[in-house]
Amino acid sequence: MLDWILSRRVLPWLVTTVFFLLWEGAVVAFDIQPFILPAPSLIGSTFIERWEPISSNSLQTLMTTLVGLGMAIVVGIALGLAISAHEKVYAGLYPLLVAFNSIPKVALVPLLVIWFGIGTIPAILTAFLISFFPIVVNIATGIATVEPELNDLMRSLRARRLTILRKVGLPRTLPYFFAALKVSVTLAFVGSVISETVAANAGIGYMMVVAGSRFDVPLVFAGLMAIGAMGILLYQAAEWLERKLTFWAMRNTPS
Amino acid sequence: MSHHYVTLEQVSLRYPKSDMPAITNISLHIERGHCVALVGPSGCGKSSILRLLGGLETPTSGKVIIDGNTADQTREAVGMAFQKSTMLDWRTVLDNVLLPLEVTDGPTIFRKHYQTYRQRAEASLERLGLADYINRYPWEMSGGMQQRASLCRALIHEPSLLLLDEPFAALDAFTREDLWGLVQTIREERHPTTILVTHDLREAVFLADTVYVFSKGPGRIVHREEVELSRPRTITGTFEPSFNDTVQRLRAHITNVREGTSHDEPAQHDEESPNA
Repeated sequence: MLDWILSRRVLPWLVTTVFFLLWEGAVVAFDIQPFILPAPSLIGSTFIERWEPISSNSLQTLMTTLVGLGMAIVVGIALGLAISAHEKVYAGLYPLLVAFNSIPKVALVPLLVIWFGIGTIPAILTAFLISFFPIVVNIATGIATVEPELNDLMRSLRARRLTILRKVGLPRTLPYFFAALKVSVTLAFVGSVISETVAANAGIGYMMVVAGSRFDVPLVFAGLMAIGAMGILLYQAAEWLERKLTFWAMRNTPS
Repeated sequence: MSHHYVTLEQVSLRYPKSDMPAITNISLHIERGHCVALVGPSGCGKSSILRLLGGLETPTSGKVIIDGNTADQTREAVGMAFQKSTMLDWRTVLDNVLLPLEVTDGPTIFRKHYQTYRQRAEASLERLGLADYINRYPWEMSGGMQQRASLCRALIHEPSLLLLDEPFAALDAFTREDLWGLVQTIREERHPTTILVTHDLREAVFLADTVYVFSKGPGRIVHREEVELSRPRTITGTFEPSFNDTVQRLRAHITNVREGTSHDEPAQHDEESPNA
């Protein structure tokens, strides 16, 4: 129990605090200018002074990220199921999917801007495009690795394919889905912010580009911190949901 | 057609990715309510027969008939238990046991009868000594308990055909003998036609009315043994000479097919354990 409190409640804060203290110490010791590397204390006070732009831009980024992630979940599950449902779908679609995933998504943003204009939609689409692939792969893997005995059991009960999918395939795939979701959550932020830095008029990425062009480096760092914090929050939410829904697959780890 | 409950007519099965057939030209009949054991060396295709009866495979040639219909068309309820645990880890033991009812009924009828079904499942789990595990998860139970729950699930929809694919093979000797008794009791109450695939000759003789010995793959039936021992059979009874003689006779046939000799010489009765 004590060990659990240490690793779950104390260590994360302790290590983060030590990291910031070292940073602060280095800035003071080597007399680093704020426009090169601002000290954490300066970033903190920037957060308070500039709370209004930081919070409104953060919310914009959070919104585009969540919508993009939502689309990635829907499309990712659908494609993953389609691929695992039929060998022909798999054979036909996989090369295209892999090729597409190899394209750096930042290269697509100019295209998205031509098609949809500057603003929210390219950010949502970039978040979606960057984060759906892990979900496809993991759903397909989850379905493909269902124990054949479980399928035999269902078929001996004359279950239809859709029933087998609902009662065995999907629940059995849930741990794989969450493994993918935790990757996709952070990727979706990357997608949104990339798009905002290239072409947007709102969002944390946009705010950082504007601040950077004015050498307002503390605000740039405040933006980075905001993204990091939102990433942690969303990741935690995914992990919480994972523990609720797939506790049966994690029976060796105390929850 | 025939009046037998289960009929296999000249059945052959070849799996798509294999160049050797699993079984060739098997014909056998099983009376309603009887218990038949299929024994033979590994890879002799005895599990394939079970898969054919369970509708998991369709024969490459020949016919598999259950109560007048082909196995994939039959309306008879089939209960199947496997060697590996097939408990669904995300469902409680109770929900696992209810699965066959849930699947065969469909959601609407299942919900309507839920209370009755639930009581039935709870009562049957209690009888099998799993009262404390009704609302726990399968992975919280030992292997023996999981196989008990498997049996419970295979029987919950009161199937008229019970297919057991080495369900006790992974268990320790005491648990195994315990479960033989349990299967025997269940059979005396409900008389499901039972087909048992096993490597354990004592298990076969304990449970079956008829034992079929299969040759090395592709499987053919090389011997049919009627077990005339009285019922109910007991574990102490398995040490009686009449029981042992039957086991030894079967063992001799198995030894022959494993060594590849075609004619059935009587083997020397030795003091070795008869377990295959």
